[in-house]
Amino acid sequence: MDKFLTFTIVGLSLAAIYAVIASGLVLTFTTTGIFNFAHGAAGMLAAFTYWQLRFEWGWPVPVCLVLILGVMAPLFGVLLEVVVMRGLRGTTDTVKLVVSISLLLFMIGLAQLIWPPGVSRPMSKFFQTSTPINLGPTTITWHQAITIMVAIVAAIGLRLVLTRFRFGIAMRAAVDDPSLSALNGARPNRISMLAWALGTALAALGGILIAPNVTLDAPSLSLLIVSAYAAAIFGRLRSLPLTFLGAIVLGLTEGYLTGYLPQNQYLPGLRIASPALLLFLVLLVLPNPRLRGRMTRSREFFPMPSIRGTLVFGGVVIVGGVVLATTLSTPDQLTYGRLFPIGIIALSLVPLVGFAGQISLCQLSFAGIGGLVMAHLGHGGDPVALIWAVLISAAVGALIALPALRLSGIYLALGTAAFATILDRWIFTLPKFSVFGWFNVDLFTQGSINVDPLTAFGKTFNSAASQIVIGAIFFALVAFLVVMIRRGRLGRRLIAMKDSEAACATLGMNLFGTKLLVFSISAGIAGLGGALYAMQLTSIQSGNFDLVNSLQVFALSVVGGIGAVGGALFAGISLYVVLPVIGVLFPTVVRWVGLLPGATGIGLGRDPNGAVSQMRDGFAPLAGSPSSLLVMTLTLAALYGIRLIDAIDNWTFVGGLVIVPLVASVIATVSAASKERMLAQLEDAPDRTPMEWIGIDRPWTTEDLATLDLALGTSELELHGPA
Amino acid sequence: MALLEVSEVTVRFGGNVALDDVHLGAEPGIVTGLIGPNGAGKTTLFNVITGLLPPNVGKVTIDGRNVNRLSPTKRARCGMARTFQRLELFSLLSVRENIRVAADVHKGWARDGSNPAEVVEEIIERVGLTAVADARVDSLPTGQCRLVELGRCLATKPKVMLLDEPASGQSEAETVIFAELLQSLAAGGMAVVLVEHDVALVMNVCARVNVLDFGRIIASGTPSEIQNDQAVLSAYLGTGS
Ligand SMILES: Nc1ncnc2c1ncn2[C@@H]1O[C@H](COP(=O)(O)OP(=O)(O)OP(=O)(O)O)[C@@H](O)[C@H]1O
Ligand SMILES: [Mg+2]
Repeated sequence: MDKFLTFTIVGLSLAAIYAVIASGLVLTFTTTGIFNFAHGAAGMLAAFTYWQLRFEWGWPVPVCLVLILGVMAPLFGVLLEVVVMRGLRGTTDTVKLVVSISLLLFMIGLAQLIWPPGVSRPMSKFFQTSTPINLGPTTITWHQAITIMVAIVAAIGLRLVLTRFRFGIAMRAAVDDPSLSALNGARPNRISMLAWALGTALAALGGILIAPNVTLDAPSLSLLIVSAYAAAIFGRLRSLPLTFLGAIVLGLTEGYLTGYLPQNQYLPGLRIASPALLLFLVLLVLPNPRLRGRMTRSREFFPMPSIRGTLVFGGVVIVGGVVLATTLSTPDQLTYGRLFPIGIIALSLVPLVGFAGQISLCQLSFAGIGGLVMAHLGHGGDPVALIWAVLISAAVGALIALPALRLSGIYLALGTAAFATILDRWIFTLPKFSVFGWFNVDLFTQGSINVDPLTAFGKTFNSAASQIVIGAIFFALVAFLVVMIRRGRLGRRLIAMKDSEAACATLGMNLFGTKLLVFSISAGIAGLGGALYAMQLTSIQSGNFDLVNSLQVFALSVVGGIGAVGGALFAGISLYVVLPVIGVLFPTVVRWVGLLPGATGIGLGRDPNGAVSQMRDGFAPLAGSPSSLLVMTLTLAALYGIRLIDAIDNWTFVGGLVIVPLVASVIATVSAASKERMLAQLEDAPDRTPMEWIGIDRPWTTEDLATLDLALGTSELELHGPA
Repeated sequence: MALLEVSEVTVRFGGNVALDDVHLGAEPGIVTGLIGPNGAGKTTLFNVITGLLPPNVGKVTIDGRNVNRLSPTKRARCGMARTFQRLELFSLLSVRENIRVAADVHKGWARDGSNPAEVVEEIIERVGLTAVADARVDSLPTGQCRLVELGRCLATKPKVMLLDEPASGQSEAETVIFAELLQSLAAGGMAVVLVEHDVALVMNVCARVNVLDFGRIIASGTPSEIQNDQAVLSAYLGTGS
């Protein structure tokens, strides 16, 4: 009984923290419609700041608390709202998700910049030295008591704010119908600023309360708080009372698991992963939503890739791989070579997210499975293991498709993030175990496991250079596969499903099978990428495949352009070429490099077509000018030749690689433009009076009326009734 | 028994009764009209029939088979197809690709030995979209978008086709051609249910017309019966007295 009570209290104090954090999340989601993935990271930053003020500088507790909770966190929330979130109104789910995930990455980068990792930063609990309060059969520490009280006060306070105060009521009105509440005189901008201020303060409060229980580590703290999101899901992200209930279920589960789980080496991970596990289960049993019709009209446009273009693309990638392999030193090859396997993992997102509009934040987990399969089955570099890596990852991918059948958008994102967390925290940390006594599984033997390099055609590809070329070849092949999917029956079906599930269903399409298929294909590709990645790393550990890595790849793929294979290459190049190069070129700012992936996502995540499509537009004139292309190719080849005989160093070579195409493209653009001007002078411009100037610039005709009717979908009859 | 038979369908949205004990039948070979003022419940009825919206009460049968428990996908495979008033086109695809998706899906489960590519070309020809076949549907005017939706339906070779305001957005000339198309489709043995605000079109092509008002069927009969029905005149046209 005593034990039961003790762990009830442990559970309730956890529940209190989850409730505080989750209610802040619900508040911002309901008022602005943005699910803030970075909510937990705000709590994390607050915890670090508290540590800094309280324990590093020794400021008194009340000062710290007032400063953080009353001033810094609300201001930070307002800043987020004004600078980032306001611009997201009316954008698609994917865009909102990418921006808030990038924000999460940015905040983790920021924390690691200010508070470099690897330093122990102990935090004591509130009234740690005071004797615990005696409750008869058990005791409760002051910290626990305070935590539980804080949650109760927060619950009552929120209820009061939302029902009694003007701005709270306005907040609730904004939830129901933003445009209507604007008509009623409420100012939506001010309301959402207040919601973000309050929400961020709640996150900060939760962060400060939870930090003393765990180690102060930016990524794990930010994601630990993701567990709190499970509580919000209980309330379907809308209901505060249900959110509190969810928090209690979560907290108690974790508390009792701590107390009663048998002591063996398999289960501690289960306790740590339990919120994610619950989140996953809750998502599975959420009531089935209606089939979706078209949601936000997206502005995205991914032109049909041509086979010729794709072959050229693949050729350039392979040549690029060869150039890297022949010009770089071995350590550099190890760094930059990862671009290809990571690029393949990013490619796995193209059919899934780009075509089918599904969201997955666990691609690196599939990659991890592929890597493990390669490690365990690929002794001596057996190429058959690559096939197993694809098949086994694909099978697990099909499992993830199960929640995807019912979920979309943000719920699917959370479900896949939960899955990644379950793997990170539990499955990948398992020691050796046996499956029903059939066979033994020992995932990451001693925390890391060696992977043999590929052996094929009687040759072992163990040099970094050969690994790069193999990676480039596989990237080109997978890119071609993805393009063939896009051009074929499956691609059309996926794009159709993304646009309107309702229409697809009424045409007789099997949505279940389609989603299952695309998740499997995507996971299989990620598994292949993971296997190649593992071979390049030669030794893998679970940290190579965690959620934060998945988030980075996801965000940068979307920035690059999620609907085209070029976007995946962009993600690989940004992460494993541009970032390291910046670090080498500007050693003084090397510590700031961690901020870049997040900053890029925040800045560029809004263009649904991606950076690559803009680049493609920029280079379009070049593609149309064979002479410039030829000259450019020859110049580049010559440059490569000079580099091979060591007449120039790598920096000059890279500079040339960048400058030559730019110059060629400028020349092609200029010549194309002058040609066009000549043509334009030859023709007469047709009448292009804009619609709103008709009747002003020139007289109104019945033809104009017909055009207008056609555009608006109206007709005389409908407007004026039958004659 | 009619090919498509709707009986006793009632749908409530909170306190708002959108459909109230609705009965409707559609016979093969003719166009059945369903008219009614805005908010009468026409689209809601289509949602019930196609399985997108479960009714509070009621039954839908096709060919005598009760489809109440079937998903929209399964119902489509029983021979049902529809267009959407608010257009649910696949906006990232071309006209041809839109129709091709439907043809491929049909081929996938029916395995009828047809060649989807040929089916698509025939349909494009038939609904008159040859000139814009390769255009992205995003760039088309509403009237043509509605034809694309119609073509998409046809590619599933339906027995019953439910058209939700298919002529709105069409010019008068286009409507004339469209009326002929509808009649030829029905003449081919299909049961067509037409929801339309263009009363002239409805009276012209429909063999039977049902009038829905505030969720209730207030009249059904031949066009001439409906045009002289007092209840219809007062409720729908607002000109009765
Ligand atoms: N999802 C919904 N939730 C709540 N009420 C709804 C919903 N869909 C429709 N309604 C209500 O049901 C009633 C019938 O709507 P419906 O769209 O079926 O009318 P309609 O006859 O198609 O009208 P219109 O000619 O304008 O297309 C309306 O009062 C509408 O407000
Ligand atoms: Mg309607």
